[in-house]
Amino acid sequence: MSEVLVLIDHVDGAVRKPTYELLAIAKRLGEPSAVFIGGADQASGAAEAVKKYGAEKVYTVDDTEIKGYLVAPKAEVLQQLAEKTSPAAILISSSFEGKEIAGRLAIKLKSGIITDAVDVQSSEGGPVTTQSVFAGNFTVQAKVTKGTPIITVKPNAAAPEEGDGAGAVEEFAATISDAAKSAKIVASQPRQASGRPELTEAAIVVAGGRGTGGNFEPIEGFADALGAAVGASRAAVDSGWTPHTFQIGQTGKTVSPQLYVANGISGAIQHRAGMQTSKTIVAVNKDDEAPIFELVDFGVVGDLHTVLPAATEQINKRKG
Amino acid sequence: MNIVVCVKHVPDATADRRFESDNTVDRVGVDGLLSELDEYAVEQALQIKEKSDNPEETKVTALCVGPEKAVDAVRKALQMGADEGILVSDEAIAGSDYVATSLVLAKAISKAGEERAVDLVICGMASTDAAGSVVPAMLAEQLNLPQVTFASVVETQGDQVRVKRDGDTATEVIGGTMPLVLSVTDQTGEARYPSFKGIMAAKKKPLETWSLSDLGVDAGDVGLSVAWTQVEDTTERPPRSAGEIVKDEDGSGATALTEFLASKKFI
Repeated sequence: MSEVLVLIDHVDGAVRKPTYELLAIAKRLGEPSAVFIGGADQASGAAEAVKKYGAEKVYTVDDTEIKGYLVAPKAEVLQQLAEKTSPAAILISSSFEGKEIAGRLAIKLKSGIITDAVDVQSSEGGPVTTQSVFAGNFTVQAKVTKGTPIITVKPNAAAPEEGDGAGAVEEFAATISDAAKSAKIVASQPRQASGRPELTEAAIVVAGGRGTGGNFEPIEGFADALGAAVGASRAAVDSGWTPHTFQIGQTGKTVSPQLYVANGISGAIQHRAGMQTSKTIVAVNKDDEAPIFELVDFGVVGDLHTVLPAATEQINKRKG
Repeated sequence: MNIVVCVKHVPDATADRRFESDNTVDRVGVDGLLSELDEYAVEQALQIKEKSDNPEETKVTALCVGPEKAVDAVRKALQMGADEGILVSDEAIAGSDYVATSLVLAKAISKAGEERAVDLVICGMASTDAAGSVVPAMLAEQLNLPQVTFASVVETQGDQVRVKRDGDTATEVIGGTMPLVLSVTDQTGEARYPSFKGIMAAKKKPLETWSLSDLGVDAGDVGLSVAWTQVEDTTERPPRSAGEIVKDEDGSGATALTEFLASKKFI
């Protein structure tokens, strides 16, 4: 069986959950080989972590030389690994960086690329991807027809599967061109942990928009009662009420949780693009003509500033 | 400075977007416009020009690849204030994938820089139709240039570019030296509306249309038939069935909401 390369998404050696989802997909397509590009002292920890989720091989690439440069060096590493291993596919997380590595890699390897897959299955003709397009109004089935399929995969596209792989570690020394080292990361500020679930990974998302009037307390209280992540519409972000990292929609995050609760959000197409595929949708909005009500399984026409705190209290009571 | 800003003509996101029978995006039957996310790229190009030491010497060219009617996207950019426009249009390009699109754009940028080298290529963060976000990185690869991408704040000084980039796990400051490819997000700031004066002035600005042969691109290297990816099927998501909507009266809304969440086992 051919190897399937999975680029490990990590922060200082701490492997992020989407990597485990990629490994689960890789098992469907061949033998999962994880690729760790990072500090040499972090490699063994990361290798242990991915082994538990089925990595048969772990290629570790010391990033001392390339740390601090944007995207291009990682594309060169993957190119050289792909030339060495002739993989059946290359899977990368659909982050900004992941998609750009994939883009450069596709040109280098003369291979087709598919972005933002929400599912990947094997078929005789190679991996078949599912994408959600046009603000979630259509799903598209596609496959790569030339070269090595390079696929970037959205969070939650598969459930992580625990189960040890061989986890054989192999150091890989890549040759990085000077041209790849031209866009430099001058400074980096790690994001503060909110203590709530990650927006793209959460089972429940509670979001607030213009209707909050800038007061997110009812949103956060309700989210915490449900153990949910907090999100926001672009209107709330543009007003400076909440950081851009919380934005859900076309130019923010795409979420597809079990439950999405939109509060004081009208439901413009740009917002829908980020949440329309949620399983259950609930909205609270004063305006009974807000388009968000066209999407909901359950809606309350009312003021979020009274409805949410009251509901939060009831939920907390039920939980005892 | 010589700036090329890439603009895409896309089906209006608020219209009924759909696919053709060959699974390509319907670009003819649905009203199109300049991709909203590319307006921010045009805006940043104009701001860089205006803030530069010598605005008169700085040229902003709007470049678009698309069918004939995509010229509307170039016109909008000219109305906003771009100096010149280029539409690359050729039937053979229809159905091109990201790779072929980036090839055509790269060749057009090279041609646009024949007399005066291009210092800066500016793109939006994604198109509003395909939303792949990969073309700027591919362009950088095709042109063998650095990329400084997904900028939420852009600063330039001479040939130096410095941007803020908000990633999933960190906020970074990225620096690069021109020539390079820059992509900008909607966080960079409102795009200007064309003024009446701008609309009138745009009519007199140079607007060229190039074909593949003008670029020296073989028609056999682009288009649907040679795409490196193939769409096998497109399916419209069934409309969501109408949900229950209650009106909050004297706190009934909160109770109804809690009951609903409990019935679905979210509590």
